[in-house]
Amino acid sequence: MSGRVLVGVKRVIDYAVKIRVKPDNSCVVTDGVKHSMNPFCEIAVEEAVKMKEKKLIKEVVVVSCGPQQAMETIRTALAMGADRGIHVEVTGKDYENLGPLQVSKIMAALAKKEDALLVILGKQAIDDDCNQTGQMTAALLDWPQGTFASELSMEGDKIKVVREIDGGLETIKINTPAVITADLRLNTPRYATLPNIMKAKKKKIANMKPADLGVDITSRLEVLRVDEPAQREAGVKVETVDDLIARLKEAGRI
Amino acid sequence: MAATLVRIFSKSCRQICRPWGACQAGWRSRSTHTATETSTDQGVVSFPPLQTFSEEESMMREAVKKYAQERIAPLVSKMDENSAMDQEVLTSLFEQGLMGIEIDPEYNGTGSTFFSSILVIEELAKVDPSVAVLCDIQNTLINTLFSNLGTAAQKEHYLSRLSTDMVGSFCLSEAESGSDAFSLKTRAEKHKDYYIINGSKMWISNAEHAGVFLVMANVDPSAGYKGITCFIVDRDTEGLEIGKKENKLGLRSSSTCPLNFDNVKVPEKNILGQIGHGYKYAIGMLNEGRIGIAAQMLGLAQGCFDNTIPYTRQRKQFGQRIFDFQGMQHQIAHVATQIEAGRLLTYNAARLKEAGRPFIKEACMAKYFTAEVASLTTSKCIEWMGGVGFTKDYPIEKYYRDCKIGTIYEGTTNIQLSTMAKFIDKEYDH
Repeated sequence: MSGRVLVGVKRVIDYAVKIRVKPDNSCVVTDGVKHSMNPFCEIAVEEAVKMKEKKLIKEVVVVSCGPQQAMETIRTALAMGADRGIHVEVTGKDYENLGPLQVSKIMAALAKKEDALLVILGKQAIDDDCNQTGQMTAALLDWPQGTFASELSMEGDKIKVVREIDGGLETIKINTPAVITADLRLNTPRYATLPNIMKAKKKKIANMKPADLGVDITSRLEVLRVDEPAQREAGVKVETVDDLIARLKEAGRI
Repeated sequence: MAATLVRIFSKSCRQICRPWGACQAGWRSRSTHTATETSTDQGVVSFPPLQTFSEEESMMREAVKKYAQERIAPLVSKMDENSAMDQEVLTSLFEQGLMGIEIDPEYNGTGSTFFSSILVIEELAKVDPSVAVLCDIQNTLINTLFSNLGTAAQKEHYLSRLSTDMVGSFCLSEAESGSDAFSLKTRAEKHKDYYIINGSKMWISNAEHAGVFLVMANVDPSAGYKGITCFIVDRDTEGLEIGKKENKLGLRSSSTCPLNFDNVKVPEKNILGQIGHGYKYAIGMLNEGRIGIAAQMLGLAQGCFDNTIPYTRQRKQFGQRIFDFQGMQHQIAHVATQIEAGRLLTYNAARLKEAGRPFIKEACMAKYFTAEVASLTTSKCIEWMGGVGFTKDYPIEKYYRDCKIGTIYEGTTNIQLSTMAKFIDKEYDH
């Protein structure tokens, strides 16, 4: 086994930005808006770097799919401690239509090419909230998956994953190679220190296109319309419980 | 009167007139494309705007911004109240590599550029100007002096400590010599292969935490300022006494102490640079430090402004946001313009210095102007916030107290203006 971990990172609109929809309702405004690494992807990178520091794995390779700006995100991951990067170039209309299915095909192809021991991804991206890429990647590779991981530990050639589920916590043990998706409480991502930012400049980022991996990125989905959530309406005060029930019935809520 | 002058000045900075918020975001996303490339494939030279950063500079800025917001912001109020810098802040500043920005990685430094230091100081000052000044003194004064003048042995011994865990202090001013720095009285008497230093220093920043002091003392008072020499004095040297820190109006968590030298013995090998050249080093370093202070004042003004505008957009009186009253809008736009002008002066002075071109007049202009802008901004921000601006529950009053020192330290405003006038005079010589 190569001892190599592949980490996927996505460049998304920064979580603190107020999102606005374009006037033609086609999509969200991205021009001139602050972008940063998806918070769950940061957690994924941190986990991989921690594993390397504990000498459980040998190399952390970080991957991002997108236009030129995706390089920024890869550099940030390199500054956090990843060893090298792969930029899969997807631009224009292709990028607008890039979704979990296409990305998981790319990740699967790269996992095979890089002979990866683990693929670690964030559980979901904060822009589309799909929560699909990790699961699809595992399916395409026919690898076991440990999703919503809040704790990871290597036990020989198996991995113990504590998963956050609705009812509480579930612990599973899966074979490697495997796909893991990181949940919020897995770790606290480190800051890229200034010396590490400087070191990251020397690390290599390979450039390739989806076609180079033999991946077809045509989308099966078409976005018809994007709307803002309905404005919050004013509330209504009622005097008695009977009143409340009547009003709720009126509104068709019960 | 002053307002008219300032308006004329701001009219001459016609570069960027869009609302600050949109402008900033725009430049940030564009800067990663353009970097600092100045010629295209056709060999045509293009001139990127001053607010263009290399990828490295952008990443540093983002990293420091995040760090300052998460690790320093929660401690600011307490540190100001207690007039004490939290140890956690000092430790994390070193951890993040912020105390050795220009130091070579050979000595555990970050190995970055002067402009990166300026951006770091600006970002820190947005959150706490006291932390920014600590970082500024370390980077633009102490580290630069050691890097430029140190012997191999001195660099080996001190630079790696300065980048990892040791704070430095620069000791020039005395009770009787501030602006008239070269009339300093601290004396260094030569004996065989060592010197005995006697005297006292005043207003020494970082003194509470410093492990090393760069002391300007005169070895030969009969030679006047040409006897001033720079000595490296370790904290634990016998006879060095660090006095009680001053109880200040602003920049309270930055320690400012008097120092006493009572027959302090310093070996000859602890002289930094050449004997009698101390005055040159002091002037040289202060010229650069000036840009650092400009960055601090800039960050202070911006941080104060950024904390105030959201309030004006939220607060309603007479049925509308106070931001929407024309009187408010005009004042806000005026202040935003001043900050932008100060930013361009500061960035330009920094780029000039990096390019090895003359920068002293521009550095003076940057420091003088940004200190004035910080005063104006903080004063106006308190007014815009109304009653709450006057309370300690909001961070605005701290910025107001912190900014005053900008017109005083590292060269008073009057000194800056006189220096500029000397340059202007020379410009018309032919």
